[in-house]
Amino acid sequence: MTPFWRAFVARFTGQAISLFARFMTAPRAIWQGIEPIARQRVYFANHSSNGDFVLLWTALPTPLRRQTRPVAALDYWLRSPIRAFIGRDVFNAVLIDRRPEARTEDPVSQMVTALDQGSSLILFPEGQRNSSDLALLPFKSGLYHLARARPEVDLVPVWIANLNRVMPKSEVVPVPLICTLTFGSPLHVDADETKEHFLTRASEALLGCRPQPVGQA
Amino acid sequence: MTSPHLIWLLGGAGVILVVASVIGGILRQRLSPDGNNAVIENLNARITSWWVMVILLGLAFLAGRAGVVLLFALCSFAALREFLTLTTQNRGDHWSLVACFFVILPLQYSLLYVDWYGLYSIFVPVYAFLLLPVLSALRGSTKDFLIRVSETQWALMICVYCASHVPALLHLQIPGFEGRNVILIAYLIFIVQLSDVLQYVWGKLLGRTKIAPNLSPSKTWEGLVGGALSASAVGTALFWMTPFSLLQAALMCLMITTLGFFGGLVMSAIKRDRGVKDWGHLIAGHGGFIDRLDSVIFSAPIFFHVTRFFWSTA
Repeated sequence: MTPFWRAFVARFTGQAISLFARFMTAPRAIWQGIEPIARQRVYFANHSSNGDFVLLWTALPTPLRRQTRPVAALDYWLRSPIRAFIGRDVFNAVLIDRRPEARTEDPVSQMVTALDQGSSLILFPEGQRNSSDLALLPFKSGLYHLARARPEVDLVPVWIANLNRVMPKSEVVPVPLICTLTFGSPLHVDADETKEHFLTRASEALLGCRPQPVGQA
Repeated sequence: MTSPHLIWLLGGAGVILVVASVIGGILRQRLSPDGNNAVIENLNARITSWWVMVILLGLAFLAGRAGVVLLFALCSFAALREFLTLTTQNRGDHWSLVACFFVILPLQYSLLYVDWYGLYSIFVPVYAFLLLPVLSALRGSTKDFLIRVSETQWALMICVYCASHVPALLHLQIPGFEGRNVILIAYLIFIVQLSDVLQYVWGKLLGRTKIAPNLSPSKTWEGLVGGALSASAVGTALFWMTPFSLLQAALMCLMITTLGFFGGLVMSAIKRDRGVKDWGHLIAGHGGFIDRLDSVIFSAPIFFHVTRFFWSTA
């Protein structure tokens, strides 16, 4: 494929995936703590389904979406050519290696590079999908190091509600249900704040965006 | 499928919307020039959404039976998506929920499209009712089982079964009314929605006595009586385009406007219980699909059966 066609197919695939996400979840963005304006941000969200970043990406207004890149696991997204195409070409993901022993690049510096190029990021600080009964898993330290490296960038908590009901782990067919994405107030790391304190604060800010759950037995 | 009478109804709705848009524009200029009067902004959002709904309905009528069936299948889909978002369910219901959307809904509308009355009129209350809980039972989770299967069945009855009775009106065979059944749909929707709008208007102007204060602060006796009577008066005046006589049209209109009101009341009770203000957010100013369709959903099946019993030969 020539680069032109590759870009064209990637654009089209992105629209198709986004349309499918809208059909299944009619995502509703609640801009509770910030306005949807084109400012550089790191959106950090809870992670319960593989569709999480697609939904967050879909919920952003188009101009914001163009400059926003998800941070995703390299070992997952490079496993097959189709995944690699979707991860790299369609979503322009910052692919990081979760295995410290195998990696050649430091994830935090990869993310910082992307920020320095002007992109916003979508990050899942739990580091893996949460299929436990806990609302959130403990955050990995990446969010803290990123906040330290670029303290001026807004860190925006986003709670994604209901997507785990649309597509529970190990199911293959999704069921259409409405999902909401609640965008909270931006966070910044304080000059003398410890890692533990910051990560607790970030985790609490994210939990604070959670709407009242309805209809789950 | 167009007929002069259909043009009259759609044209009438268009004229009402032009007048409403002008009034909405004047009110905005006078009371909300900076867009910070919530009531005025909501009114204008509602009017804009009405334009979209009337145009879509008009296009569906132009496209004929397939268009009308498809439009209501999509409305059912959106309504079911809103309803099941709020019902009690757990992991064990996944397959029965998938079946609701991707098997039962398309089958109901396919049966309707091919006019298999004997099956589409009992499909959800008999076959879905009995077979759907089996899917949940097979997954073995018994917690809240009865609540879960009942709420799922209720969602299907309201959003799929009842809603599908709107396009079902196309299949009635009324002597002397051949080829004009689409008027029944346009008439039902026009009167029921007009009643909703007029209840809102009368309620805003004169509303004092709340009917069910626990349920909805905006439903008042003044609004209900004023809205239902004035919409019925319009419906009665339009009797010449229906198969009904003047008196019959008056009774039909009173029946569907009352049922429409009850629909709004029952659906409000569910929303109140689940702690939400609207069913969804896709229709700006109105909320969700169910917020707009509740009155039609409640009136359509009974309007269908009464018309079928007294006027139709098949």
